[in-house]
Amino acid sequence: MTSIGTGYDLSVSTYSPDGRVFQVEYAQKAVDNSGTAIGLRVKDGVVLAVEKIKHSRLLVPNSNKRIMTAGKHIGFASAGWMSDTRHLVKRARDEARHYYGTYKTEIPAKIIAERMGMYVQAYTLYSAVRPFGVSTLLATMDNNDPQLYMIEPSGQYMGYRGCAAGKGKQAAKTEIEKLDLDSLSVRDAVKEAARIIYSVHDSTKDKLFELELSWVCAESNGVHTHVPQDLFDEAVEYAENADNSDDEGDEEMEDDE
Amino acid sequence: MDSITLKVPHTTERPAEITNYGPTTHISQPSVTGTSVVAFKYKDGIIMATDCLASYGSMARFRNETRMISVGNNTLVGMSGDTGDFQHMKHTLENLLTHEYDMDDGQNMGTRSIYKYISNIMYGRRSKIDPLWNSYVVAGVENGESFLGFVDYYGTTYQSPTIATGFGAYLAQPILRKYVEGHEDELTEEEAVRILDDCMRVLYYRDGRSFNKLRRAKVTAEGVEISEPYPLDTNWTIANYVVGYGS
Repeated sequence: MTSIGTGYDLSVSTYSPDGRVFQVEYAQKAVDNSGTAIGLRVKDGVVLAVEKIKHSRLLVPNSNKRIMTAGKHIGFASAGWMSDTRHLVKRARDEARHYYGTYKTEIPAKIIAERMGMYVQAYTLYSAVRPFGVSTLLATMDNNDPQLYMIEPSGQYMGYRGCAAGKGKQAAKTEIEKLDLDSLSVRDAVKEAARIIYSVHDSTKDKLFELELSWVCAESNGVHTHVPQDLFDEAVEYAENADNSDDEGDEEMEDDE
Repeated sequence: MDSITLKVPHTTERPAEITNYGPTTHISQPSVTGTSVVAFKYKDGIIMATDCLASYGSMARFRNETRMISVGNNTLVGMSGDTGDFQHMKHTLENLLTHEYDMDDGQNMGTRSIYKYISNIMYGRRSKIDPLWNSYVVAGVENGESFLGFVDYYGTTYQSPTIATGFGAYLAQPILRKYVEGHEDELTEEEAVRILDDCMRVLYYRDGRSFNKLRRAKVTAEGVEISEPYPLDTNWTIANYVVGYGS
């Protein structure tokens, strides 16, 4: 890390001579240390999946959720620091509630993404604050229109058809690119998302992890919720089996070449 | 040249009675109002009815309003009184339910909790000497047990197998006392509907703020069901013989 000791990384209000803000890049690093979070937008819904790494067997299963709900139609998944995430999800809920209070219509994906982006960005402007160590995935459904946005610690926010953040984001992105998101059904997307999380999980580094899966789609009545248990089990089974066959598939491909 | 006089539009002029000084004032009377709510227990749960009218004083101003809402999974709330205050209550409840949903703890708001919440709001507002000008009837079925409760603008509460608000307290309540109380567990839906329609018919005959377009709702173990608006058959042939009452 060449930036250390140069003095250019002490404050978020200091640029390095080549025009970078190191504090923002460090925040990105905090995200890159986290368990993977992915989002898939298909034609009839959005799926969120998170690899929640557990540091202890003593943790209660399903506790410390990393996929949360910010207003009934908004799914909120994150990679990065949980403390910062909880702050941001509170902000997102407040924004959604305030918007509804003003306009009596649910906040559109574009607006909540913009507002969250602006909020996160404001924390890259002042020396008294630090940027959020979180990448946020927002999955929403407005008027049967599925939307997926990702907000990065810099405040950059973009709409995606598939996105990933955290440790396995490179591998996950390659996997997502192989999917035909236009023709995939949301149920299949759940299974694929589970498969991708399982495939990017590095069991040599992190032994314990828990899969979190949620969706917003017609089947969930346009409401963001965890996927039903039977579908969850089906997805896990698919992921566990696919994990092995996928490796074989890769080897075969190498043989062909 | 003559000067041109422009009148400030009435919307930007402050009405004389609203001052920037003096004691705090609150609204002391309802403006757009809904009349009675009638509800009672029957074999499968609770049945309730309200008409679709929101009056502006004695004027039949809005004739397609719904005064019953479903809150959460298995709760029905009926309202009489100021419709603006009812809208406020609806938004408050919606916020509460969204908040509860966001918690994601597998709990859901039960009828008793919603009843308590509404009654606390009502009592809280009366304590600010700024009451919400409503009576609420809260109904639900929880663990096979039906619940029916009432709250008014003082925050007064009571639970009863039959409840009628407003004019209904005078005209429908005696009918319910006779035909419902003591038989709550035996009344079929068909019988309940007949009794309810009779109550609403009497109210339509005698309550000047009522309307012959109403909705019926029921809460059972299956959840809440609010009907589409429907009219009642009425017979006015004896109206000629009615004398007195200032006519």
